[in-house]
Amino acid sequence: MSTTVLPSYDDVVERYAPVIGLETHVELGTKTKMFCGCPTDFGGEPNTRVCPVCLGLPGSLPVANKAAIEATIRIGLALNCSIAPWSRFARKNYFYPDMPKNYQISQYDEPLCVDGWLDVEIVGEDGQPELFRVGIERVHLEEDTGKTLHVGGATGRIHGATESLVDYNRAGIPLVEIVTKPIPGTGAKAPIVARAYVTELRDVVRSLGVSDVRMEEGSLRCDVNTSLSPAGSAEWGTRTETKNVNSLRSVERAVRSEMLRQAAVLDTGGRIVQETRHFHEDTGDTTSGRSKETATDYRYFPEPDLVPLAPDPAWVADLKAALPELPRLHRRRLQQDWGLNDHDMQSVLNAGAVELIEQTVAAGTTPAGARKWWLGELSRRANEAGVELSAVGATPAQVAELQKLVDAGKLNDKLARTVLEGVVAGEGSPSEIMAARGLEVVSDTGALTTAVDEAITANPDIAAKVRDGKVAAAGALVGAVMKSTRGADAKTVRSLILSRLGVEG
Amino acid sequence: MADVTRMTATEIAALIATGEASAVEVTRAHLDRIAAVDDRVHAFLHVDTDGALEAARAVDAKRAAGEELGPLAGVPVAVKDVLTAKGVPTTVGSKILEGWRPPYDSTIVRRLRAAGTVMLGKTNMDEFAMGSSTEYSAYGPTGNPWDLGRIPGGSGGGSSAALAAYEAPLAIGSDTGGSIRQPGAVTGTVGAKPTYGGTSRYGLVAFSSSLDTPGPCARTVLDAALLHEAIGGHDPRDSTSIPAPVPDVVAAARAGASGDLTGVKLGLVTEFSGEGAEPGVTAAFRDAVDALTKLGAEVVEVSCPHFQYALPAYYLIAPSECSSNLARFDGVRFGLRVGDDGNRGLEEVMSLTRDAGFGPEVKRRIMLGTYALSSGYYDAYYGQAQKVRTLITRDFTAAFEQADVLISPTTPFVAFPFGSRTADPYQMYLADLFTIPTNLYGGPGISVPCGLSEGLPVGLQIMAPTMADDRMYRVGAALESVIGTLTPPEL
Repeated sequence: MSTTVLPSYDDVVERYAPVIGLETHVELGTKTKMFCGCPTDFGGEPNTRVCPVCLGLPGSLPVANKAAIEATIRIGLALNCSIAPWSRFARKNYFYPDMPKNYQISQYDEPLCVDGWLDVEIVGEDGQPELFRVGIERVHLEEDTGKTLHVGGATGRIHGATESLVDYNRAGIPLVEIVTKPIPGTGAKAPIVARAYVTELRDVVRSLGVSDVRMEEGSLRCDVNTSLSPAGSAEWGTRTETKNVNSLRSVERAVRSEMLRQAAVLDTGGRIVQETRHFHEDTGDTTSGRSKETATDYRYFPEPDLVPLAPDPAWVADLKAALPELPRLHRRRLQQDWGLNDHDMQSVLNAGAVELIEQTVAAGTTPAGARKWWLGELSRRANEAGVELSAVGATPAQVAELQKLVDAGKLNDKLARTVLEGVVAGEGSPSEIMAARGLEVVSDTGALTTAVDEAITANPDIAAKVRDGKVAAAGALVGAVMKSTRGADAKTVRSLILSRLGVEG
Repeated sequence: MADVTRMTATEIAALIATGEASAVEVTRAHLDRIAAVDDRVHAFLHVDTDGALEAARAVDAKRAAGEELGPLAGVPVAVKDVLTAKGVPTTVGSKILEGWRPPYDSTIVRRLRAAGTVMLGKTNMDEFAMGSSTEYSAYGPTGNPWDLGRIPGGSGGGSSAALAAYEAPLAIGSDTGGSIRQPGAVTGTVGAKPTYGGTSRYGLVAFSSSLDTPGPCARTVLDAALLHEAIGGHDPRDSTSIPAPVPDVVAAARAGASGDLTGVKLGLVTEFSGEGAEPGVTAAFRDAVDALTKLGAEVVEVSCPHFQYALPAYYLIAPSECSSNLARFDGVRFGLRVGDDGNRGLEEVMSLTRDAGFGPEVKRRIMLGTYALSSGYYDAYYGQAQKVRTLITRDFTAAFEQADVLISPTTPFVAFPFGSRTADPYQMYLADLFTIPTNLYGGPGISVPCGLSEGLPVGLQIMAPTMADDRMYRVGAALESVIGTLTPPEL
């Protein structure tokens, strides 16, 4: 472990200017793999979703998946890229056992989509939204590799392992690589711009319906490039590439941590080594991987097994016309529909709740009702469990049903929380849980009147005080009724007690 | 009944169709012939006796059931060991794939089965189709039935020798730089390289993806055309397969057999008619050209100035692609694995496996290609070779404006003695001097016997524009109508 004392972040950004860049891989959600007919579903027994093509058996040949090409072009269009009238696949040659052919079919100097941009929004120092335009260098299509499992060692890493097993189920799944241009000028905001970019990119890809873009399942993967140069310098510094950045939060932490580390190196007169670094979720640090100074020669050349791609311009125009509303504009419209100010909208965004609230509203509740649950109780639970809000265990439909029950007076706030607990625990829909746990607000006045009368009979002294005008004493009777009915509406109970005792409320 | 092994595929198919012979009888006759001569010829790496008899019985059962049979039903065929056949050993002539039984059929083999042909087995070849003599086969060379001390050509020497030795009436080869045509020429048989993309590469173990073309070998032009028709046509499993019907090669072969070439312009490539070929080869070629002229053909001289760069361009493009294609042979998933004793790391095991599994010519080409593709050299080698390829294509396009087909000797020399060209790789590479341009262009080419030189066969090559394969069959059949088929001495 490094014992270097890191400078403070404020100090770093005062003296150094960061330049960041992001390389993002998106696993497409096509039904079949990139170059064969094998299914792409996540999971599955090892080596069950394979065929001669994705195993790279001698003689087998790839055939490009049209759906994957279409998805890539749509991503490119959504990122304002030009779609190349002619592009090619290329072979990237290197030996690694999780790559069946010992070359990866990718794209090199002739990618499908080039030269675009994505506008990302962050909250400025004044609390107002601030827009950054991130340049997109290229969007290209390639195939994923298999996965290697090292067994017999203590760490699961290759060191100390007795055997290595390879699962090729993932081999050949279409991957879209989206590479930004270098992003200068973000200053202290570099980490949050990086995070905002990946978030926005994720939302764009999701809105296109071409991938489930789940970082935790690896269908969205991100490498973060970071460099520092002395403030005011015209030249950029040497960059490092940080891998293993597996969540949005990690994107932000990785940039920040790398900025601090590089500043410490530069401060002591050191030199930044161009290398791959690994981010560690637990410590928030990066450690050195392989050096890129002796660059691997991938011997790229055009893939002779595949004909060039020449997308019909009319088809591309149709795809462009059919693009959905961009998430940023969509959010703006939602903000207006929901009547939220910037601050409240930002809270929704920060919680990752936009889509959840949108779907909950679509399921028939008010925006305020939907927002209350997702930002309140459910956010709290998600934080406690350390999961994304979408993985908290409640669906928009369930939350909508819950709120409707509250609106109908069948649940009070306290009961609703209990029901929600059941929902999150997977006990069923709110109404099923109400029935199973007997949690309904007692609104049958016949039953309630009986309960009130019983309470009055059982507490003659208190009843007498109330009759004498000491209305405050009625609280004890309310409590008794609430207890016996396990959840009547307190206000109703109180007025019923007062009216039975002939006192005006 | 006459000896079926001496018959053409067309004759055999007719016998089976009329019931004069059963497919099983025909198959047994060929298996017997193989048993009798192949220990000397060594055309086969694997004889699939059970599979062949089973396929033959299926044809006989179909006939018995009154089902319609295709034009090649029941005809035996030998398949170059470069194509996968499910469950049948496929070695590509290499130790690195010894014992590998592929779990799938190549498209060619699938179509052969669908046509009712009977696959006798897999034929010998230079390792990974790299060579012109079968001397680079890891399993020993094949003898030329005309003289067992001489090479049968390569890489598909096993397929052509099987035809010349009457072990099979039909065979499949693959042609990357001449591997169908040159063996055809030196064994006195017919070998056709279809238009690139006209026959599927799916299941053809790749040497050079942009050049490899599977195709038919036979003893007559019509038989080759029938086989071409059976295996050709679009295959959705091969991205480079042309989505168009096979040109009517069978009709063209029948038309050519009438011996009338009136109105056909033959282009004589200036650059191939001077030096470079043995005098005997040149003499036989000139006689054949005269014969074609007498059939009504007109001879025009065409210049293809860039053909002289074809050989060097080929020896950059093919090794480059091979260096990548052969990377998958690493001992991890299939085939040979050497040195995995629990003490060695992955890279070392891969390295030992490749060192033990690949022969010297394969290693030479992997190294050449690795170098040609490496950063800093790519433009000067691979990039430059691709430019030459474009220029050669232009030469062909211009030449076909003046002539319907181009003709040349197939190969500069007749079958040479074993060992005479292995010391200097370049001397071996020269065998493909006349065939390589066609591969770089992607057009079709056929070698048809055109005479003898010192008692050994000489082939004439006919080259046609892409997807005009029918033209070469017409001219080839016309030549055959004059020359006839060549019969080697008895083994």
